[in-house]
Amino acid sequence: MPVALEIVSPEKLLLSRNVEMVVIPASEGEMGVLPNHAPMIVLLRGGTIAIHEGGKVTDRLYVSGGFAEITPERCTVLADEAVPTSELSRAEGERRLSAAEAEYNATDKNDVPSLDAAMDRMQSARAMIEAAAA
Amino acid sequence: MASLKALRARINSVKSTRKITSAMKMVAASKLRRAQQQAEAARPYAERMERMLSALAASVQGSPTAPRMLAGTGNDKVHLLIVITADRGLAGAFNTNVGRAARNLARRLMAEGKTVKIITVGRKGRDYLRRELAANIVGDISFAGKKKIDFADVQAIGMQAVEMLGRDEFDIATVVYNRFASVISQIPTELQIIPPLMTETGPVEQTTAQAIYEFEPDEETILAKLLPKNLAIQLYRAQLESGAGEHGARMTAMDNATRNAGEAINKLTLNYNRTRQANITRELIEIISGAEAL
Repeated sequence: MPVALEIVSPEKLLLSRNVEMVVIPASEGEMGVLPNHAPMIVLLRGGTIAIHEGGKVTDRLYVSGGFAEITPERCTVLADEAVPTSELSRAEGERRLSAAEAEYNATDKNDVPSLDAAMDRMQSARAMIEAAAA
Repeated sequence: MASLKALRARINSVKSTRKITSAMKMVAASKLRRAQQQAEAARPYAERMERMLSALAASVQGSPTAPRMLAGTGNDKVHLLIVITADRGLAGAFNTNVGRAARNLARRLMAEGKTVKIITVGRKGRDYLRRELAANIVGDISFAGKKKIDFADVQAIGMQAVEMLGRDEFDIATVVYNRFASVISQIPTELQIIPPLMTETGPVEQTTAQAIYEFEPDEETILAKLLPKNLAIQLYRAQLESGAGEHGARMTAMDNATRNAGEAINKLTLNYNRTRQANITRELIEIISGAEAL
């Protein structure tokens, strides 16, 4: 029995199909989702979603962050932004990274939520560069 | 009776007006299709977001640490109205309807002794409300000149609202926008977004589904991220509906204008021909009576 995987961004439904396994970048580490997974709602960090079929990775998508809902039958990823890694550009990732670093340096060091947000953006930009290189 | 020359000029001017209105109708029709597709494409995300949010909300319900965006500030003194209109006119009563709905709501709230703050999205709303409620407008945003409204643009409005809530600048936020009921009907709608009104969908199914979710890292961390996003999504959806509605309204308005211009042209042409015949008859009579006199 496969997992019904759905990847949606605010602008559109990007992917909806049945897969054997999907690995998602949860905020506290990569997480593999197989059928009959315990129901969970997880936060995602910037990283790559890997779709596994027949024991091999068939597709890789970069997500900049978001949420995922997992039930025994399906896995729904609400991505802020999702792009197949083949279409990523390293330059864009680097541009974002430097923007996020600039923002981090500009924010007041006592403003913890803003610092966290900037850190998240830096992390997500680094993941983008990494994904583009792979 | 107007001279032939004046009538001719008149007919030509109405004809060119008709050309313009019918071109605008075509443009609105094609933009409408695109706007509708965009609104359609955004729906799955909003639906799934809602599902997650209701699962989360149920699990933190009643907890004293529930975030403000979900529970509200506990007061209802200061109201923030986010009024979404179009940037352009010539769309029938589209902008006026939202403007009037917002004004009536603001008046009602003020009559109850509440403070009203307004953020307008779109130039027409600002222009309409500025006449009477200029002192209440705390911000205006316009997407004029943008071909397609991205999620990021709307998210900025959401962030602004979140910051204002953080500074205790309002208690309740409501969006006033035109809901897209159909191409010919847009309904001015008020939607409360902070604190969000939970839509009860199948209570039986929900209670059983909710209890079993595990959360990672934990409910509150997820909620802290999810709520601003949900706010942005709600605004995005309202913006897209309003966008589709605008084109629908313009299409209807321009269709009417084109038809009216056609009628005007027919009347003017009839008038023109009558005048022309009258002139010929008059000239003939003059010639004949001149010949008889000889």
